[in-house]
Amino acid sequence: MRLTLQIWRQKNADDTGGFSSYDVDASPDMSFLEMLDVLNETLTEAGEDPVAFEHDCREGICGSCCLMIDGRAHGPEPGTATCQLHMRKFEDGDTIRIEPWRSAAFPVLKDLVVDRVGLDRIVQAGGFISINTGSAPDANLIPVPRDKAELAMDAAACIGCGACVAQCPNGAAQLFAAAKVSHLALLPQGQPERDQRVLRMVEEMESAFGSCTNFAECEVACPKEISIEFIARMNRDYVSARLRRG
Amino acid sequence: MRLDAKIPAGPIQQKWDRHRFEMKLVNPANKRRFEVIVVGSGLAGGAAAAAMGELGYHVKCFCYQDSARRAHSIAAQGGINASKNYQNDGDSIWRLFYDTVKGGDYRSREANVYRLAQVSSNIIDQCVAQGVPFGREYGGLLDNRSFGGAQVSRTFYARGQTGQQLLLGTYQSLSRQVAAGQVEMYPRTEMLDVVVADGRARGIVTRDMVSGEVRSWSADAVVLATGGYSNVYFLSTNAKGCNATAIWRAHRRGALFANPCFTQIHPTCIPQHGDYQSKLTLMSESLRNDGRIWVPKTAGESRAAADIPEDERDYYLERRYPAFGNLVPRDIASRAAKGMCDEGLGVGHGRRGVYLDFADAISRLGRDAISAKYGNLFEMYERITGEDPYEVPMRIYPAPHYTMGGLWVDYNLMTTIDGLYAAGEANFSDHGANRLGASALMQGLADGYFVLPYTIGDYLARHMGEGPMPTDSAPFQEVEAEVNGRIDRLLSCDGKRTVDSLHRELGQICWEYCGMSRNAEGLEGAIEKIAELREEYWTNVKVLGVNDELNQALEKAGRVADYFELAELMCRDALARRESCGGHFREEYRTEEGEALRNDEEFTYVSAWEDQGPGKEPVMHREPLDFPNVPLTQRSYK
Amino acid sequence: MPGSLKFHQSALGKKVIMAASGIVLFGFVLVHMLGNLKLYQGAEKLNTYAEWLREMGAPLLPHNGAIWLMRVGLLVAVLVHVVSAYQVTRLSQRARPLNYKARQTLQATYASRTMRWGGVIILLFVIYHLAHLTWGSVHPAFIPGDVYSNVVAGFRVWWVSAFYVVAQMALGFHLYHGLWSMFQTLGVTAGDDRDWRRKFAVAFALLITLGNLSFPIAVLTGFVS
Repeated sequence: MRLTLQIWRQKNADDTGGFSSYDVDASPDMSFLEMLDVLNETLTEAGEDPVAFEHDCREGICGSCCLMIDGRAHGPEPGTATCQLHMRKFEDGDTIRIEPWRSAAFPVLKDLVVDRVGLDRIVQAGGFISINTGSAPDANLIPVPRDKAELAMDAAACIGCGACVAQCPNGAAQLFAAAKVSHLALLPQGQPERDQRVLRMVEEMESAFGSCTNFAECEVACPKEISIEFIARMNRDYVSARLRRG
Repeated sequence: MRLDAKIPAGPIQQKWDRHRFEMKLVNPANKRRFEVIVVGSGLAGGAAAAAMGELGYHVKCFCYQDSARRAHSIAAQGGINASKNYQNDGDSIWRLFYDTVKGGDYRSREANVYRLAQVSSNIIDQCVAQGVPFGREYGGLLDNRSFGGAQVSRTFYARGQTGQQLLLGTYQSLSRQVAAGQVEMYPRTEMLDVVVADGRARGIVTRDMVSGEVRSWSADAVVLATGGYSNVYFLSTNAKGCNATAIWRAHRRGALFANPCFTQIHPTCIPQHGDYQSKLTLMSESLRNDGRIWVPKTAGESRAAADIPEDERDYYLERRYPAFGNLVPRDIASRAAKGMCDEGLGVGHGRRGVYLDFADAISRLGRDAISAKYGNLFEMYERITGEDPYEVPMRIYPAPHYTMGGLWVDYNLMTTIDGLYAAGEANFSDHGANRLGASALMQGLADGYFVLPYTIGDYLARHMGEGPMPTDSAPFQEVEAEVNGRIDRLLSCDGKRTVDSLHRELGQICWEYCGMSRNAEGLEGAIEKIAELREEYWTNVKVLGVNDELNQALEKAGRVADYFELAELMCRDALARRESCGGHFREEYRTEEGEALRNDEEFTYVSAWEDQGPGKEPVMHREPLDFPNVPLTQRSYK
Repeated sequence: MPGSLKFHQSALGKKVIMAASGIVLFGFVLVHMLGNLKLYQGAEKLNTYAEWLREMGAPLLPHNGAIWLMRVGLLVAVLVHVVSAYQVTRLSQRARPLNYKARQTLQATYASRTMRWGGVIILLFVIYHLAHLTWGSVHPAFIPGDVYSNVVAGFRVWWVSAFYVVAQMALGFHLYHGLWSMFQTLGVTAGDDRDWRRKFAVAFALLITLGNLSFPIAVLTGFVS
């Protein structure tokens, strides 16, 4: 299949950047990133700078890949990270527009590569349980109801790719933060720090990201299909923590 | 060189306890005076950095990814073993130890493996306390599954994302230490060399992957937790960025490299579908619990799977290994699949694949039950192949997955360079010639949380008051200059071939001659071929751009350059080990039935290779292995 | 120390304030609509009702006392609602300084996407509505105290009614997304039946919109005269 790619090229963070157009031959069995590999091989052979894009595990779990494909984070296939998107989802002759994640919190470093350190900072603000190595009691000491554990796992499935921020018209990181807050708040081990955690994480989140207005775009863009129900949970935790702590 | 594994004296059950008592301690007030560098933020590195930060050491942690949370430990699916015996099915520390030594085909060090089994329980406790959402029973207690052919259910899991959840637990602990100022995190920073002076590791040299800045970092101890080297094969289940540069550079600086030929080929991966393929995707081997593996009985079969009648199918694992059937260990399952395909019985693209059929399981248990167990794996398979495994059998083929070999370390996980440690997949210590399923996560966390914080403390206590070496000193400046020289050389090569095309070719040589089965002739040829290709690499590689920018081609180029040298060592090791054991199968050494034939008389040792400088053949040292506790037996899964 | 921001300083706090003030305003539009239904009972009932509003609380409160208390309350609610909305909007605009060439809309409703402009239209409408039927300053035939005739005469002008219709549609959408968002913001999770919050929002938004729309239509069609 023959495709035309319109790819955002930007030399570095200071460059203004713009779209460039490329033609590429692809096979329907290729993954989207393999299609970009083919493009890069061709570009390199022709002496042109290859397109920088983020990728690592290529099996949908590390959260490195982050492409805005035709205006949709991770492209047209629901519940799928870019690396697991295959070209059979496109038609011969398609023009595909590829942009980097766009958010003030995600500055472009080069081409399609952005800096997502802002997400790490949210976790550093409190997305953990303070337990020193070696001080844990027996794992079966505290039973966790199965449905709670399962729900916590639903939230914990977040791969930290930032698609929620990328797709959100407000550039909000609510789904990312809510997934971590909920994951830990659902477990008995997460209770002692529950209030402080949500207060700190929300504050850190708001210092860099936009504000949620419940568009719910994140939920569809999320490659792990994490529910915005977790945002409601985080909000509730936030309000009750504030009420308790003033 | 005499290799001293520093195994503590005494009965195996008491070695670790005794050693912990005998090790020197660092006074709490003095801990903050020590700088520790950890390279890699996966289970081993992240855990080590977090645990050392908690203790009060000043830690710098480096990773090439944009976040510590992306290390490749994240991709492990199946689970993590621990000898909790929660299921009351007869598990114990001893049994986990025994299984691991036996599973490793008696090429691992007993004392290390026993310690691993001992601390396995603490790992689960720690992870649960961190909030890892392990699968649970309805009563709220932890669930276990049997995994990889183990006779007991000792595997803890978090859906099909155990590695992810454990890594996130580690990442959370690490984040806590970052927030506390105990750990400084340096993402997008790649270690390109280690600085050794007077036989001691004094720091590392890194390249900032955004600005290109080459910089030195000084420390009192350096931990390499940079994973394995399966990407030598180009096509593997490893992440694209996984690389051997850190351990290879350490090897070039004097750290011995142990058992490089012990590589694990995982049997249940999605087969290659084209020449452009960039990586292979693993599917949890739990699929083999319900799937039946078969090939057509006639070579060149062209009918669709459904049209091949039952009596024209060969369920070859069930036929050859009636006791274990489809659940034989990884190395055996992989080799059997390759054997079938070599005979022309394979299916799919290039006839490199065998069927993994769920039709029986679906008719026995129902589609819903299968979906509940494997739904996400089936979805993933369909996403990649476009085929629905509920309707047509999956096609699977083995793929390089894990490397048991790595830097040689002693009982303290210290390499042959003082103050340089290797943890997790980067070292060689615990899995012998074959790793059991769900043991990699266990080892990574054991090394990081429960071994290194003690053993590094002991080392540091012996170097109290010495302080790190300044980075403007000659040893650092020399290494920096060498690193810059390599980068310049790669950038100025101005050849015709891309890094990927040369890497692919190297991968094919390794896969062909040093993959699932090996022979002397092939290995000797491979060593020559690799040398030729390496020659071509340094004269004909094309790396565009400059150093002072984000330059992904340059990053790859440096890594691939090291693979050439490592690949050659793998072949040399495979050639020198004239026996078949675990993942290393030499065609010349097999039983009459074609199974692997160990040679315990001559090869019950760890081969540890010492670099002799460019252009010189490396020298092999031997660490003899004793098995006073687990009697040597031939593995049999018949 | 992180986590020490005052409630109203945090964007999430502002949104809770928006939700809380939204509940006040929602209560108002609901009661306002229900009260106005007296239009269908004729001039006397409606005007008596209007007079009762002014006398409410007597003799404890002076004439117009209760209604002014409520007006002040509503004014405060409108102010914090609008100010909070403005502030979180600015925050979001800063978070996405450069937009995509083309961003697809995946599931965001029309209502959610028109929240901000809808809010502006409603605010302008409210000012006009007050000038029109409360102060009478833009009403050509305003009779203080005769609510019934003011309404009927006002709605007979077709473009006035048209503006009312547009504004009520905007209010409907605003209420729909606002009510649903209220659950989300205040952390009322849906649980197993994911849709009940949507259903609730649709039902009340429809109720209020249809009720309010009926007044100009009833006047224009001559059903009320």
